[in-house]
Amino acid sequence: MNYPSKKSLTYNPSLIRNIWNKALTIISALFAIISVLPLILVISYVLIKGGSYINIDTLILEPEPPGDDLLSAGGIGPAITGTFIMSIIASFISIPVGVGGGIYLAEYSKSGKFAKFIRFGSNVLAGVPSIIAGVFIYAIIVSTKILFGSMFSGIAGGISLSILMLPTIIKTTDEALKLVSNDMRRAAFGVGASKFTMITNITLPAAFTSISTGILLALARAAGETAPLIFTALFSRYYITSFDDLFYEMGSLSVLIYNFALEPYEAQNQLAWAASFILVIVLLGLNILSRWIGTLGAFSKNKV
Amino acid sequence: MNKNNIKSSSSVSLDNVSITYGNSVAVKNVFCEIEKNQVTSFIGPSGCGKSTVIRAINRMNDLIEGCKLSGSVIFEGIDIYAEDIDPVEVRRRIGMVFQQPNPFPKSIYENIAFGARVNGYKGNMDQLVEESLTKAAVWDECKDKLNESGYSLSGGQQQRLCIARTIAIEPDVILMDEPCSALDPLSTLKIEETIHELKKNFTIIIVTHNMQQANRVSDYTAFFNTEKKDKSQGGKIGFLVEFNKTKNIFNSPKQKSTQDYISGKFG
Repeated sequence: MNYPSKKSLTYNPSLIRNIWNKALTIISALFAIISVLPLILVISYVLIKGGSYINIDTLILEPEPPGDDLLSAGGIGPAITGTFIMSIIASFISIPVGVGGGIYLAEYSKSGKFAKFIRFGSNVLAGVPSIIAGVFIYAIIVSTKILFGSMFSGIAGGISLSILMLPTIIKTTDEALKLVSNDMRRAAFGVGASKFTMITNITLPAAFTSISTGILLALARAAGETAPLIFTALFSRYYITSFDDLFYEMGSLSVLIYNFALEPYEAQNQLAWAASFILVIVLLGLNILSRWIGTLGAFSKNKV
Repeated sequence: MNKNNIKSSSSVSLDNVSITYGNSVAVKNVFCEIEKNQVTSFIGPSGCGKSTVIRAINRMNDLIEGCKLSGSVIFEGIDIYAEDIDPVEVRRRIGMVFQQPNPFPKSIYENIAFGARVNGYKGNMDQLVEESLTKAAVWDECKDKLNESGYSLSGGQQQRLCIARTIAIEPDVILMDEPCSALDPLSTLKIEETIHELKKNFTIIIVTHNMQQANRVSDYTAFFNTEKKDKSQGGKIGFLVEFNKTKNIFNSPKQKSTQDYISGKFG
C-alpha cells in the first residue's frame, strides 16, 4: 500500500493544508481591500473637500486673475464649458473613425496582415502616454498654425483628445462585433441582405450597447486628461461667445486644476478643489452611465 | 448519375460539383437534378458533405474562407457561380433556414419585415407578416405578441418564425439545413406539416439526419456517403451514392451502402 490508511471524513482545522487555505484567503481578501482603498480615499477626499466650495457663483462665473486683493475669485464656468466642448469635438472625430475602423476589422478584413497591423497599431496607440499625443498635435497643428493661422485652440485640444479616444473605440467596436453570433450574419444573408444592410441593421444594433459603453469609457478617459491640453488648448479665463472662439485658447477643468492648485492664493486653490469635484462627478457619472447602458439591450440573445 | 437525365422541370441542378476547404476535398463529383415544387432530402452519415452541398446552392459557402467550388450549380438555366452573378440576388431567390433557430434580435414583426424590406417589398407589410406566419403555422402562437422579441418564443416556434421569414421574401427555392435537429418531436412534427404545405409554392431541399423524416416529408432523396482519402492524408471525402424517388430509395435501393444505411447498419 502506497497510501496512508483511510482517515476520518470530518473537517480537521489543524491540518496544514486547511491552515494554509485559511491564511491565503485572509491575505488575498486583505489585498483586495487595499487595492480599492486609494479609489475610495481619493474620491471621498475630493468630494468632501471640493463639495464645500460648490455654489452657483463658482459654477457659472469666470475666474478672476490671481491675487489676494479681490473679494471673490470668480468661478469655473468657462472651464466646465471648455471641457464639454473639447470632449464633443474629440467625439465627433474619434467616434466615426473608431467605429468605422472597428467595423472594418471585424466585418471586412479577413484576418490578413493589414488587419493584424491595424490591431497591433491601435494597441500601441492605447499605450502611448497622453503627453506624447499633446506634443504631437502641438508639432503638427499648433506650431504650424495650420488651422487658419490660430495657434493654441479648443479645436487642437479636441483633436489631441480624439487621439486618446481612438484606440479604445476601435478595440471595443471590433470586440463587440466579433461577439455577435455568426448565426445572425448567416440569417441576414439568408434573407438576401447585402453586407452593408447586414452590418447596419443586424450586427451594429446587436453590438450597440457594448460599443456605446466603450465610447463612454473612452470619453471619460479623455475628459480627465491634462497633459495634451496644456500643449494644445492652453487655458483661458473667458467664456467662448462665438464660433470663432473655438480657434483661440480654451479653458478646461483639468488644466484649471493644474494652474490654480499651484497658485499661492487660497481663493484659487478653492476653485481648483471645486473643479476637481465637478470633474470627479462627471467621470463617475460617465462610468456609471456606461455600466447602465451595458445592462440594456432588450432584444439581445442572452436576455429574453 | 449522368447528364442525360436533365429534365425541363428541374429547378436546381448540380453538375459535377466538387467542393474543397483549403486543400482538403469535402465533396466530389456530385450530379443531381432537383425538381420544381418537390421536396428533396439529403441524407447520409456525418461529414459526408450534405450540408456543404446545400450551402453551395445559395452561395452561403462564400462566407467560409478558403472554400472553393468546381463544376457548376445551375439555377433556372443560369450558372450561379459565373463571374457576373451577384450572390446577394442568388440568396433572394434561394432562401435558407438554418440548423439552429436564429431569429434576428428584433421583434417578431420586424423579423419578417426586415427581409421583405431589404428585398424592396412594396405591399401591405401587416398583411405579409400575417400571411407568412400563417403559412409557417406559427401565427396563432405569436399574433398577440408581434412586438416582442423573437427570442421570447420557444425553440420550435423560433424555427417556424425563421421559416416564415424565409417565406416572406417569396424565394423560388427554400433550403433547410437540418431544421429540426434542435427541436423536440412535437415541434418537428409541426415543421414537417409546414413543409408539406409549402411545397405547393416552393421547391424545398432539406438536409436531415433523420431517415424517418426524409421518408415522411420528401419526394426525392439523395444519399451521400464518405470514403477514406489516400492513406497519406487521412480525413474523408463525401460523394453522392444514389439519388432517386424517396420510395425507391427506401424500398428498393440500388446500392448496397444505401441499403445498409437506411436499414441502420451504420451512420
